Amino acid sequence: MSKVTNVNVSIGGGVKHWPWKVISYLIAAIVVLPILVILIQWGTVGNGEQEIWQHLFNTKLDRLLFNTLILMLGVGAGVMVIGVGLAWLTTVCAFPGRKIFEWALMLPLAIPTYVMAFVFLGLMSYTGPVQTTLRSWFGNQVYFPNVQASGSVILVLSLVLYPYVYMLARSAFVTQGRSMMDAGRILGKTSWQAFFKVAIPIARPAIVAGVALALMETLADFGAVSIFNYDTFTTAIYSAWYGLFNLAMAAQLASLLLLFVALVLFAEQKGRKKARYTQQNSRNTQLYTLKGWQALAATGFCSLILLLAFILPFIQLLIWCVEIAAEELDSRYFGFLLNTLGLGLIAAVVTTLFALLLAYVKRLPAGFVEKRWQNIAIRISTLGYALPGSVLAVGIILSFTFLDQAIIGAAQKVFGISIRPLLVGSLFALVLAYSTRFMAVAFAPVEAGFERINPKIIEAAKSLGASPTRLLQQIYVPLLKPGLLTALIIVFVDVMKEMPATLIMRPFGWDTLAVRVYQMTAEGQWERAALPSVTLILLGLIPVYLLIRSSRPSR
Amino acid sequence: MLKRVLFTTLSCLTLFACAEERQSVDSADAVISGEVSNVDITDPVIVYSSRQEYLIKPLFDRFTEDTGIEVQYQTGEEGPLIARLQAEGEATFADVLYTVDAGNLWSAADKGLLASVDSALLNQNIPEHLREPQGQWFGLSIRARTIVYAKDRVDPGELSTYADLADPKWNGRLCLRTSKEVYNISLVATMIERLGEEATQNIIEGWVANLAAPVFSSDTLVIEAIAAGQCDVGLVNSYYLGRKQVDDPDYPVALFWANQGTSGTHVNISGAGITRYSKNPEGAQRLLEWLSTEEPQVLFSELNLEIPANPTVPSAAQVAAWGDFMQDNINVEAAGRLQAEAVMLMDRADYR
Repeated sequence: MSKVTNVNVSIGGGVKHWPWKVISYLIAAIVVLPILVILIQWGTVGNGEQEIWQHLFNTKLDRLLFNTLILMLGVGAGVMVIGVGLAWLTTVCAFPGRKIFEWALMLPLAIPTYVMAFVFLGLMSYTGPVQTTLRSWFGNQVYFPNVQASGSVILVLSLVLYPYVYMLARSAFVTQGRSMMDAGRILGKTSWQAFFKVAIPIARPAIVAGVALALMETLADFGAVSIFNYDTFTTAIYSAWYGLFNLAMAAQLASLLLLFVALVLFAEQKGRKKARYTQQNSRNTQLYTLKGWQALAATGFCSLILLLAFILPFIQLLIWCVEIAAEELDSRYFGFLLNTLGLGLIAAVVTTLFALLLAYVKRLPAGFVEKRWQNIAIRISTLGYALPGSVLAVGIILSFTFLDQAIIGAAQKVFGISIRPLLVGSLFALVLAYSTRFMAVAFAPVEAGFERINPKIIEAAKSLGASPTRLLQQIYVPLLKPGLLTALIIVFVDVMKEMPATLIMRPFGWDTLAVRVYQMTAEGQWERAALPSVTLILLGLIPVYLLIRSSRPSR
Repeated sequence: MLKRVLFTTLSCLTLFACAEERQSVDSADAVISGEVSNVDITDPVIVYSSRQEYLIKPLFDRFTEDTGIEVQYQTGEEGPLIARLQAEGEATFADVLYTVDAGNLWSAADKGLLASVDSALLNQNIPEHLREPQGQWFGLSIRARTIVYAKDRVDPGELSTYADLADPKWNGRLCLRTSKEVYNISLVATMIERLGEEATQNIIEGWVANLAAPVFSSDTLVIEAIAAGQCDVGLVNSYYLGRKQVDDPDYPVALFWANQGTSGTHVNISGAGITRYSKNPEGAQRLLEWLSTEEPQVLFSELNLEIPANPTVPSAAQVAAWGDFMQDNINVEAAGRLQAEAVMLMDRADYR
């Protein structure tokens, strides 16, 4: 009986699925634990916390809220305009350089936000080359806008984060078809009308998903805003902990940040709801050839964005690198590099394995109710991506401190020995934080890999007498390999770039490139932050290259 | 597949377990040697340090040469370091906590993480205002936070006190680092202790009104802004200017010792205390005592252009060139006690 129900889903053909299910629930529980711990902190509002809340309310809570909101609105609008505009141009129009821009506009994805922030400040501040040159031309009284204002932060984050929207909108435009546009135009719409009335609504789910990704990154950002000394919830969490020595307060602020995250997720669900999944094959439609000033404007716009978002910052970093390479390229640097690669590798393997388990369990047979619970468990497990690293870190440290005390207490009582805390400050805790944060990143490609396995192939293979080993070797491994590899690489690079959780949770001696960048930028030593930054960008180009390559055959 | 996945998972877990085990084996060794041999002085001293490796390693290497006692250290940020020490409780293997800023040391002592030390040598070498009254921690080097100014646009005769920087004559000429920086928090905390809350808040509001630019994220940027002409005066830790002057002896920014006619220039410390549950308190005390003696004190000054805490030891030439000055002799633990108050006061004054 069970054989029959299992036949199209199970991999090994066994009936004992419960260990896998238990593991997947455990994974979900691990992710939920820190969130719960943060929310529980509201239960312990003592006098100290009350006083601080009153104080925050009287002084800067409104500014924190305003800054966080304005940042979300600004970055949301920024990435939408830049991302959709560029995607539209490169998919639908023909103009000089289009072929290059098509892939090159993805490059900024490799730049961590905090790197972009300090390069921008280094270039544009009063002491930087731009203002210095302007003063030498026009005298000391030349006007220059304040570089530490909301506008700068929004610009910097938009330039780094627009590729999310660009990437997703582009694939929507490509798959949904230019033919829809043609239809619009045949019906007498102008190209602008066709764009707003046809293309945008069709691509809306993709655009919303891209903007949501960018906004999550914005909310989670700590490095960039602290370089600009721009107060948001993330920075407030830090000052509550380090300035007021109040971890409970930090957790309460973190839960407010979660509220923002929930808003973004809610908006994303709403925006996706009316998705129209009509697929059109558009391989043979013609590009609109832009001529004259139109072509010039298109090339100009794409060049400008590419220049600002990648070429200029990268050149500036290289210049700084060359200035300081002799001093910085020492054994310490290789230590940071090894730590970074090591952490990235461990976290990538662990996270991908977790994702594989979740995706596998999702395909196991289950009753309707169980299926629902399973889906909820999986959904929660992938929620970590929306959690800012700092929030996650506070949650994990609080829950692990509690567990550690329990373990130490038990060891003392039962065995009469004193043991060292196992969890807080351990590599295990940090890897767990990474896995929680980047589970969604790994899950998506693995899941996509499973979806490519047609159950009928398995059935056919089985009816032809293929053994489980042979199934594994000849069907599962080859079909899952690309997905697993993508998951590994993206998590690997994301972990290496991760700053806030690493900063709080790294075990002693595990300084990474990102930590080094933070330390040097905190001292205002841009030049010395350049070498680790360039290293991170070069590593970040690997997944960008893969993304570019994988986006090609779909055209 | 099931088997394969299970196998991979297991081997992964084992890998983790091994890594963990190796750590706990190290730890177990430490416990045993700590308990069995009634504390052998040649046991290593384990230091949790928020000071960067390049500043502490030369010191510890010299200590080992002198005494034969090995020093193991782990560096990290102050917050997590103290949180970790607290989480470890009695089980900790750290013997010494070594950080910058009295506020951090105060916070550790306040959480009951440090032990009282009664050492005649330390009491003799370290002035009273640079150590905790019960001997829970001792300042080892001094960093002065004082006024720097543009040589070509400011006559040092115009400068006097921190409070004077709130005067309207500095309107649009002052640069400051962010109030989130612990050095500023400590400065404001001691001002609260000296002048009271109301007077301090008036001064901070005056500073904010005089700012020439939004506050910077580092002392180095403040100095560079003054050099470039964005502003004329600023408040920084002296060694940041020292680093600039080492690179360029004609650097256009100079140092002024604040409050010389009144309470003295605000000083902060890097300092250390012995952990409450240290397994090797004797070795830890020897390390602290050794650090207060001449040779390491000179090294402090040379490595980071700081001022020796031991008043009998002369500063490095670069530091001595700034001239002698009177330190504020308020006990630096005030910086910790009043830290939260200072943070809130700066919020109220809209000092970001």
